[in-house]
Order: sequence, then C-alpha cells, then structure tokens
Amino acid sequence: MRSPVISRARIATVLLFALLALVPVYSTLFSAPFYLTLFARVMIFALAAVSLDLVLGFGGLVSFGHAAYLGVGAYAVGILAYHGVDSVFVLWGAAILASALVALFIGAISLRTSGMYFIMITLAFAQMLFYLAVSLKAYGGDDGLPIAKRGTLGPFDLKSDVQLYYLILIALGLALYLGHRIVGSRFGRVLEGAKWNERRAVALGLAPYRYRLVAFVISGTVCGLAGALLATLTNFVSPSYMAWTRSGEIIVMVVLGGMATLTGPVIGAVVLLVLEEVLATLTIHWMLILGPILVLVVLFARRGLWGWIAGRHG
Amino acid sequence: MDPLLLLVQALNGLQLGVMLFLLAAGLTLVFGIMNLVNLAHGSLYMVGAYFMAAFQAWTGSFVLALLLAVPATLLVGVAVELIVLRRLYDRDHLDQVLGTFGLILFFNELVRVIWGPAALFVSMPQALSGTVVLLPGAPYPVYRLVIIGVGLAVAAFLSWLVTRTRTGMLIRAGASNPTMVAALGVDIRLLFTLVFGLGAALAGLAGAMAAPLLSVEAAMGDGVLILTFVVIVIGGIGSIRGAFVAAVLVGIVDTVGRAFLPILLREIFNRQVANAAGPALASMLIYVLMAAILVFRPRGLFGAKG
Amino acid sequence: MIGRILALGLAAVLAASPAMAQDKVKVGFIATFSGPGGVLGKHLHDGFMLGIDHSGGKLGGLTPEVIQEDDRLAPDVGLQVAKKLIERDKVDVMAGVIFSNVMMAIYKPVIDAGVPFISSNAGPSPIAGAQCSPMFFSTSWQNDGAHEAMGKHAQDKGYKNVYLMAPNYQAGKDALAGFKRFYKGNIADEVYTTVNQLDYSAEITQLRAAKPDAVYVFYPGGMGINFVKQYGQAGLTSQTPLLSAFTIDSTTLPAQGDAAIGTFTTAFWAVDLKNPVNEKFVADYQKKYNDIPSTYSAQAYDTALMLNAAIKDAGGKVSDKKALADALKKTSFDSVRGGKLKLNNNNIPIQNFYLLETVKRADGKLVSSVRSTVLTDHKDAYSKDCAMK
Repeated sequence: MRSPVISRARIATVLLFALLALVPVYSTLFSAPFYLTLFARVMIFALAAVSLDLVLGFGGLVSFGHAAYLGVGAYAVGILAYHGVDSVFVLWGAAILASALVALFIGAISLRTSGMYFIMITLAFAQMLFYLAVSLKAYGGDDGLPIAKRGTLGPFDLKSDVQLYYLILIALGLALYLGHRIVGSRFGRVLEGAKWNERRAVALGLAPYRYRLVAFVISGTVCGLAGALLATLTNFVSPSYMAWTRSGEIIVMVVLGGMATLTGPVIGAVVLLVLEEVLATLTIHWMLILGPILVLVVLFARRGLWGWIAGRHG
Repeated sequence: MDPLLLLVQALNGLQLGVMLFLLAAGLTLVFGIMNLVNLAHGSLYMVGAYFMAAFQAWTGSFVLALLLAVPATLLVGVAVELIVLRRLYDRDHLDQVLGTFGLILFFNELVRVIWGPAALFVSMPQALSGTVVLLPGAPYPVYRLVIIGVGLAVAAFLSWLVTRTRTGMLIRAGASNPTMVAALGVDIRLLFTLVFGLGAALAGLAGAMAAPLLSVEAAMGDGVLILTFVVIVIGGIGSIRGAFVAAVLVGIVDTVGRAFLPILLREIFNRQVANAAGPALASMLIYVLMAAILVFRPRGLFGAKG
Repeated sequence: MIGRILALGLAAVLAASPAMAQDKVKVGFIATFSGPGGVLGKHLHDGFMLGIDHSGGKLGGLTPEVIQEDDRLAPDVGLQVAKKLIERDKVDVMAGVIFSNVMMAIYKPVIDAGVPFISSNAGPSPIAGAQCSPMFFSTSWQNDGAHEAMGKHAQDKGYKNVYLMAPNYQAGKDALAGFKRFYKGNIADEVYTTVNQLDYSAEITQLRAAKPDAVYVFYPGGMGINFVKQYGQAGLTSQTPLLSAFTIDSTTLPAQGDAAIGTFTTAFWAVDLKNPVNEKFVADYQKKYNDIPSTYSAQAYDTALMLNAAIKDAGGKVSDKKALADALKKTSFDSVRGGKLKLNNNNIPIQNFYLLETVKRADGKLVSSVRSTVLTDHKDAYSKDCAMK
C-alpha cells in the first residue's frame, strides 16, 4: 500500500526541481542574471551534499573530508586547462577519474576505522590534500589558478551561463536518480543494514568493508564531479575549495536537510546558502543570526527540514 | 644535528603538548562520558582568552584576570550546557555536530560584536616575561616554562580526581553505564553539568594562558579545535591518560618536525626541492601521524570507545 | 518571449530617464568584513568613506551609493558577490578587495563585464604583468614593492647574513623573492611555515641558533601578531633586528604591544608622512573613527579621491564605462602619499617606499614612524610584462 505521505515527498521533490528549472526563466524575465550564478553554485553544493548523504546518511560513515574531492575534481579541471586542454569531456572525465582514485585510496585506509576515528582520519587526508594544493606553486598555490575559458560539451555551449546552469541541474537530477537506484538495490540495503547491525551483516556472509568502499568511491566520484562543475562555473580553482570548514558546511547541509533522504540534502544546500546570502546582505554580523538558527533546527526539526516537509514517514 | 638544539625543541614540543592537553582533557571527558561531540569546545578556549583580555584591561593584573577568566568561562560553559547541550546528549552525533557548529558561528561573531573586529592584547606579568638560560647558549622564555608547570599540575590533578576520588569514581561509572549510576540515586544530570563545567574551565584556562602568546581574535579556537580532536583520537576517546600521551606526542612531533624536517630533506634532495616539499610535509606531519596510528590501532592508543 | 518584451520595456523605461541615472554613481565595494580578516575590511571601508566625506560627500559631483559586500575570504563567494554587484545592482565602478586569492577569482569577470575596477589593496603579480587591463587600476601597490624596499634597506645597511621567514603560500614565496631581488648578501636560511600557524617557538629556536645579522619576515594579520609577540618574548628583539613588511601596522599594533617597539618595516605610507593631504586624512580619521588609520585606510582613501577626480573629468558621465576608465588613467589628484599620484603603464602607482620604525607616541599609542626613503619613484618588476603603454 502506498502511503499518502510518500507522495507528499514526491510532490516536494518535483516542485523543488520545477522551481530550480525556472530560475533561468526568472533571471531572464527580470534581467537578474545574478540569481543564475547563485543557484548554479547552490546546486553544485547540493550535488556534493547528495554525494555525502550516500555514505553519511545511508552508510553511517561520517566523512569529514568531502571537500577534498571537491578540490581534486576542481584541480583536475584547473591543471589540465592550464596545460591547454579545452575539451570539457576530457576535463570532466579526468576530474571524475582523479576523484575516484583518490576516494579509493582514502576509503581503503579510512574504512578500517569507525565512528569518531573515521571522522578524524577522513579529515586528516583532506588536510593533507589542502596543504598539498597550497604548496603547488606552479598552479598558483594559495592565490589559486584562473581558468581562461569554458569549452563545449556535446550540444551544450558552456560559455552560456544558462546552458551551464541546465547542465548542472541535469547532473544533480542524475545524481539523485542514481542515489535512489543505489539505495533501492540489494547493494544499498546491505549498506544500510551494515550501518544498523554490522555483526548481522558479517554473519550473513557479507563483507561490509567492500560494500562501504564501493559506496565511498561512488560518493567521492560524484563529489569530484561537483568540484569540476564548481571550477567550470567560477573559472577558478583555489585551495579554499577544500578547507576543512567546507567539509563541515557540506555535513551541515546534509544534516540540516535530513540525512538518508537524498532530496533532503538538496533542500539543506538551498536553505543554508540562500540564508547565508540573505543574512550577509542584511548585516555583516550574519553569523550571529545563522548560528542560533542552526541550533534551533537541531532542537526542533529533529529529522532535518526534509522530515518536516515530507511528513513523519517521508 | 645539534643535540642541544634537539633538546630545546623537545621542550618547545612539550609546551605545545601540555597546552593541547588542557583542551583535550575536557573534550575527551565530555565525549567519553556524555557521548557528546562538542565542536564548540574551541569557542570556550576563545572565550577564555577574550575574558583574560577584558579582565586584564579592567584590573591591570595578570593574576587577577586569570582568576576571573577561568570561572567566567566555566559559567559560560555551564550556561551553554543548560540551555542547549543537555538536550543533545541522547541525540545522534551528527545532530550534535550541527548544533555545536551553530554555536561556533554564534560565539565567533558575538566576540566581534562585543569587543570589536580588531585583535586584543594580553601582556604577561613582568616577573615571567624574561628568559632563563636552561642550557648553555639557549635562553628559554620563563612564561613557557610556567605553562609547562601548570599543564603538568593539571594533569596530575585530573589523574588524582579520576582515579582517587568519589567524584572520579562516579565519572568513570557514568561513562560506562549512566543508567545504572542514575538508578543508584546519583543525579546524573548534575554530574554531567559538573563534568562539562570542568571541561569548560580547562578550556578557559588554556585560552587565558595562551592569550599572552597569541593574537586574541575571533575564530582563534577553530584551528586549535582541529588539533585537539587529532589529540583525543590518537589518544583514544574518553581516556585522560591517552589524551596526555597523545598531546605530548603531537606537540613534540609537530615541533621537531617543523624544525628539522626541512633540514633533513636538504641532506637528501637539492635545496629547491627541499624548500618546496619540506614545509608542506611539516604541515601534514601530524595528520600523517594520526592516519598511521589509526591504521594500526583503529581506536587510538588507549581507546575503548568508538 | 514575454520575458524579452518585458525586459525591453524595462530597458526603454530606464533609458528614458537619463537624468535620474546621471546624478548618482553606484560603487560596488568588496572586502572581507567577517571573520578574523574583518578588521582589514573595516579599515578599508572607513578610509573609503572618509575619502568621500573629504570630497564634499560626493564623487565628482554625483551622489555616491556605496554597496558594501563581504567576500567572507572565499574566492567563490567573492565571485558571487561581484556578479551580484555587476548584474543586479549594475554598479558603475568596482573597488576594494583585500586578499589576492579573491582578486584572482573576480578580476577577469569584472574586467570582461566592462566595469572599471580600482583595487584598494590586493596587487597580485599576474595582474601587474601579462594580464594587465585598461579597465583595472590600483591605489595600493604590487605585492612585491614593500619586500623589495626592505631588501634594499638590508643591502644598504650592510647586513651580511639575513634569516628569512614567511607562510608557505604564494604571497609568502613572492615576498621572499622580492626581498632577494634587492638583497645580495648571504641567506642564513629561508623558512616557510604553515599558513595560520599559532606557535613559532620551534622556528624561533632554530633562528636563534643560526645567529643571523637580521631577520626578515612577512606575516600578515594574526600570524604577525603571534610571531612578533613570541619573538619579543624570546628576548630577541634587542639582539637581532626584526625587519618585516605587511606584518606590523595599526591594525595589528594594539595586539602586538611593546614587543613591536624597535622593529622595522617598509611601506609606501605612514601615519606621520609629512604632506597636507595626509595630515588632514590622519587627523580626521582619528576624530571620526577613534582609531589610528592603517595603510589599508590610506589606500582606500586614495581610491575615493581618484574616483572623485576622474568622474569630475568625465563630466559626471559614469554610464560610459570606457570614458570613465580613460578618465581614471589620465586624472590627477593629490594623494596621501604627497603630490600627485603617478600611475605606471600597468595602472599601478609609481611611488616611494619608506623605512619605518615602530615607536611609542606621546599619547602612549604605538605607531610606525618614517625614518628614511628607501626607494624613490619605484616601479614594480612586472610592469615590463604588461603590453599596455
């Protein structure tokens, strides 16, 4: 039997995507192209948050270093573009490959630990990559590396902000679809089962480590794509993309929106970044307002904003 | 390598280590006993330093300011525990992360609103501002020796408190089985508030002691917070002994690494490569140390809890 | 389609009221206002607003609307607010920017949008060199200037063995490279520390053991406060002269305290630089903000004066961006530096650099006071890579 609250969640998801798809229309209508950049950036972080939700929400693996994949993806694009590569296909492909390899390496080691130890070891690797990027003098070091131009990808001309916007929206939609497929599959059920009862999973002859590693690599790869998109959008890469506070912000987006919900992190990203933007316009002391709002959300919206939107069983 | 220099550097490392221990002790207790991930611990350190600056400007005395700053930070800590944190004890770690992250933003901005955006100044007492010649040719700042002394004294006090006193027994019992302790008629909420207050006071002490060495500014607790988490994870969560060993280990590895790694690399590679790689490696060193320790001991050196 | 028509209609309405558009000038002012770097943003903004006050509350006769945006010290946020200022607020001119990484992220988009851009602080080398633009101007400096000046001073002073320290990032490496361009003596060691490092005891111990003639450091912001205090506490200030740039100024001195007394720094400007514009600026700044101005305030003050003069020259027509940029290039005004501000071919000032010593003033405040002129009419090393004449 299909419960009505599920369709409530579905309606909310469709509505969210419809609104996001209408942003370029709005921005053209009212000649406010600024909103295009803002929401393109919001969706990129939403993509990163969705990727994190896959391991954090469903796998119970709190990665405190996901900004590292954002950085690896961005730097893959930045470095290759610096050396004259202008095929977007190659640039983004390299970003995906590089972040997958880095996630495989970091995951293989980090997944030997659990709980708080896992949180800190993922942070440790992200910090190492951060300091590496800062010391890359040839690629701008701390000042960052501008990317000269945007190329084309199939029918999309990325020089057009609107086309890039829709490409990002498609990437986000695909990631959500992929997420739903993974979560609904046997693989996803094992992953989630091992989160609640590791011993039982082992007793059933399953090796949670391998499932987790695969999930971790998928997550890192999707996050790497988000990094490539961020580099393309801003025409710029910088070590600040992988500062530890960024990793923290992505976690906040997931928890704020609602863990293990996939659409929740998208809401979390939209709300956090738009709130930051609005508050920062109102006052330079915006953190004084944002901080208590986060505390209140934790205290009163126990399952994140999504739990509140989609209803008790959503 | 000059052995004398190595000794002085080890002393520098010890000083950084005991400083980290003051922070790590409170964090690991709160984590181990209340099962609370408190990202706002660094904010209490910052608040301690700001109180130190404010009280010193008011009283003109280092000692008076220290005596006021520590209890003031304790009060702030207890207030935060009563208003927000006690509602988070039985919640998911991630809810705690989000809630305490919100507190960091709040406190970082609050100090700027109250004390202005510029960094504040704290001076050290005249009597402690000089240097002493511990080893020939290597004068050492007296104040840093005092920090080492205070840190070691706090470590001894905590060790006595936890292992020799009734309160300590309750703390240990509360950590392993809070329901049972509550059933025995102990006010577990009060116990938690006390432990949190102790942690806050230690963080305030660390902030107040560090204030003369450092720039007292907003967000000064953020970087230190990460180091502190590294310490408690290496030491094993919930273990005071682990926190002490790990704090000293991190302090010494970081200091000695910063001092000698670039020199060592220069022996192997040419100057240009060494100058490029040395500082980057030195910055990463404690993270490499943590990753390496966790690979072999996934629960830290003395840890029982995950 | 409807959107197009609406947009066209709106544009027609706007175009029909040129008088309204002409008596106002919109300035987008980006700086870091929140977080630990926030004090720099405050000084920059205060200096700029005082510059407007001294121009009679106008910029070239137009009523200024200064839209202040916080880049939160993140390049992607900087880009976002820059786009907002250009696309939504339709600013006539951009100014401000403290940090080089934010500048590198927003430089090209602002220039490509055809908006004249005056940097009040950041001056990374690519912008001074190959990527220079007729739309970009600076009332500050190229990063290397102060470092080169200190290198020259160390050379002139006859130091034979200098110990160099900087944070391990681009600006740190540029700093030491700039110093070495003019200092030809022996380098005792060249040490790069972690960005935002708190404790320098390890490095100070190594430094003491190396027994150099002098130490040269580049530690902006909180790092400089930490380093200078710890250097003083180690008892070294009186033994080994401490030379620095961008490390000791009026934003850090209250927190550095007496440890900074007797240290040397190089800059293009100082509180006690003798000229009428500066004397008025310093006096009124202290009166208005109850704070001692810093180089940041002085630079941004000049930004406002420059804008005022250029808009006047352009006859108040700020809508013609090209003409405004030309006016900025040709304009002439009395700078806080003394005399007219001279721009190099890359639109970065040609200016003197002075040796300053930190002293305690009669009122008990610490200030960096002019001792001598180290470089006269200095041009940055990258201007030759700039194709502009």
